Amino acid sequence: MSEQFDLGKLIFGRLTLESIPYHDPIIIATFVMVAIGGIALLVAVTRAKLWGYLWSEWFTSIDHKRIGVMYMILGIVMLLRGFADAIMMRIQQAIAFGDSMGYLPPDHYDQIFTAHGVIMIFFVAMPFVVGLMNYIVPLQIGARDVAFPFLNNFSFWMTASGAVLVMVSLFIGEFAKSGWLAYPPLTGILQSPGVGVDYYIWALQIAGVGTLLSGVNFVVTIVKMRAPGMSLMKMPIFTWTALCTNVLIVAAFPILTAVLALLSLDRYMDMNFFTNDLGGNAMMYVNLIWIWGHPEVYILILPIFGVFSEIVATYSGKRLFGYSSMVYATVVITILSYLVWLHHFFTMGSGATVNSFFGITTMIISIPTGAKVFNWLFTMYRGRIKFDVPMLWTVGFMVTFVIGGMTGVLLAVPPADFVLHNSLFLIAHFHNVIIGGVVFGVFAAIAYWYPKVTGYKLDPFWGKMTFWFWLIGFYLAFMPLYVLGLMGVTRRMSHFDDPSLQIWFQIALVGAVFIGIGIICFLLQFYVSYRKRDSLRDETGDPWDGRTLEWSTTSPPPQYNFAITPCVYDNDAWWHMKANGFKHPREGFAPVHMPKNTAAGLVLAGISTVLGFAMIWHMWLLAGVSFAALIGATIVHTFNYKRDYYIPAGEVKQVERQRSEVLA
Amino acid sequence: MSQTAALNTGETGKFDFLAKDYHAPNGTLLGFWLYLMSDCLIFAALFATYGVLSQSYAGGPTGGDVFDLPLVALNTAFLLFSSITYGFAMLQMQQKKLAGTMIWLAITGLLGLSFLAVELYEFYHMIHIGAGPQRSAFLSSFFTLVGTHGLHVTFGIIWLCTLLVQLSKHGLIAANRRRLFCLSMFWHFLDVIWIGVFTVVYLMGSMT
Repeated sequence: MSEQFDLGKLIFGRLTLESIPYHDPIIIATFVMVAIGGIALLVAVTRAKLWGYLWSEWFTSIDHKRIGVMYMILGIVMLLRGFADAIMMRIQQAIAFGDSMGYLPPDHYDQIFTAHGVIMIFFVAMPFVVGLMNYIVPLQIGARDVAFPFLNNFSFWMTASGAVLVMVSLFIGEFAKSGWLAYPPLTGILQSPGVGVDYYIWALQIAGVGTLLSGVNFVVTIVKMRAPGMSLMKMPIFTWTALCTNVLIVAAFPILTAVLALLSLDRYMDMNFFTNDLGGNAMMYVNLIWIWGHPEVYILILPIFGVFSEIVATYSGKRLFGYSSMVYATVVITILSYLVWLHHFFTMGSGATVNSFFGITTMIISIPTGAKVFNWLFTMYRGRIKFDVPMLWTVGFMVTFVIGGMTGVLLAVPPADFVLHNSLFLIAHFHNVIIGGVVFGVFAAIAYWYPKVTGYKLDPFWGKMTFWFWLIGFYLAFMPLYVLGLMGVTRRMSHFDDPSLQIWFQIALVGAVFIGIGIICFLLQFYVSYRKRDSLRDETGDPWDGRTLEWSTTSPPPQYNFAITPCVYDNDAWWHMKANGFKHPREGFAPVHMPKNTAAGLVLAGISTVLGFAMIWHMWLLAGVSFAALIGATIVHTFNYKRDYYIPAGEVKQVERQRSEVLA
Repeated sequence: MSQTAALNTGETGKFDFLAKDYHAPNGTLLGFWLYLMSDCLIFAALFATYGVLSQSYAGGPTGGDVFDLPLVALNTAFLLFSSITYGFAMLQMQQKKLAGTMIWLAITGLLGLSFLAVELYEFYHMIHIGAGPQRSAFLSSFFTLVGTHGLHVTFGIIWLCTLLVQLSKHGLIAANRRRLFCLSMFWHFLDVIWIGVFTVVYLMGSMT
């Protein structure tokens, strides 16, 4: 009997029917909705006979443009999940006062704020930023793809795999209840014996592998594959920020990998890195995770600075003001971002000297950032500004981000931080910079580059609706949190006693509803634009009178991007070419060397998902088998030596002829 | 650039386009080197952790109690010699001698295996006398730092065996030469890390 019992344990680990939260009506309702939506999607794809197309043209594609689009779609899908978490929290906090306990039990509420943070950073902001770099960087530097196209596909699927694990945790088991950085000892095995923290660890580890590899990929791409003549100081500013971001990824993500591995060892092997007894030191976890975590926020914001720099120059019809100061500011931020991590926990008590050092470095980092804001303003000064949707986001960003930056400098003063630490003031601050910076920037970038991706512009009416609802919604949702934070309200509370606070939370809820309407407008914008695509079509490939090389191709670009590689003489390369009467060549094409599509990335990431799931549930047999399969599949993949092919010159010529006709 | 056809000469007399693919050489080696630097940071985090916890004995054994320096010296010798033999393999590769390359690679792999065997014996012995990774934060960080290095050596050996099969199938083609270069960097990198481990963990630890 005992042997049979052990076999069950070996196969299913901790997973039992009880692990499925069928007693929780909220989760069941969500599950039913997701299931209906999912089945409807599957049926629609099957009826349209799209599986073969999706498989061969998208899932196995190693074209950086396709992968970029897939990253953006992943980001949008996860944004909906992350926002659902947000609105649930806002409703709970608006009603849970005095005798009313709200509708979410604390146990559930804790999972929601953890999932919200994890999803928004790792599976919304990161896919958006990586997706933008994927699509734009090779086009801006005149390259045909990234340096390692297969790795790029693999990176995407590893990120998606992490997202899948987070979504699975909603319906099987639970998610971490610890906050988005999972501090021990709360996340140690004694305090969190369940699977929640393990979901957290494995989702981030798997997605982290993907992010790290795409960091390596982009550094090599930018360093090695720029068009002839494009010296470092002639690179478009978005590419510069992408380079710095990817250097940060390569230099920061290993720390996350290491610290999560140490936490796993504590949880799985009973080790004592962060435990309260036997010599463990929990503050070391906090230090290590912020040595990753602070560069991470710059990983998110730097490319967005690049986006705004491109947009502001294009829509002002002027060269970017202070190109080289912009580059130096970016590099200085890159370096300084490593010297400020301790400001996240001044209250640790490391003493006046250490806190002063980190307080001062934090304040210093606002100088290069301020320089950038002035560069954008001076670019607009006496420019011929066109207030298209991307420019609206840019102006909204400049106002909002500066407010967020100033509250950040307030928090950088250690004595002030002792008062405001872990208060809603902090929550308001980082939403101020992440929404006002990263989210606004991503929406601006989508509006700006959408015609390049699809060949038609986005409908400006719904774009403006999106902008105004987000902007007003943001201020309504987060300004009250500054007030509450100054009054001493701490974060992560699911219930309050003082009724005088309630009005602020109700205002914040209204703001969240506005943002929700903004998201609906955002989605409607895609639908409406698709319906009106014929009237919105852009056949020039250069709808905004752009300045950089991505606008020199047709929209959408051919799979090889550039039939012949442009030579660069100016940091606004395309502007320079247009000014010199450039014409698209019709003759003289050579065969194009291209990488072949492969399913290897999808397979490896799929096995990694299974491995992660098995480790979470202690299914040791499955874990062993899938680990062996992962090694085996990797080795098999290395035996594939035939990874490339040539597009014959004749075909290239034909494609280019067609395109030239459209352009003419 | 001289082989590339120039087209569409503009007013300035400069070329606007190059017809051929502009593919810079050695992208893989730079990429792999970047990966190694990121791996180096994982070790940096583990070294830092060890540095913080190296005195947290929790009443358990200290480094001086459990480290067996002659054994570690033997192990260090295995690993350092394996780097030399890998160097010989690369010299053979440069002279386009497939058999010589494979023989030296195999010797490298055997030295790596000997290193692992000694390390496993050391771990087994320590766990046996009650100095396992659960005993104290010091031992947790010791096992994790040294074990992570050992894990890297294990993957290096798996890679090396794979490469031997691929060499016997395809010979010293460009793709295999590139892989040999990458594994070479990986192997020497592990040696460098081991020098750090040997000094910081074993030599300094034995003085406690």
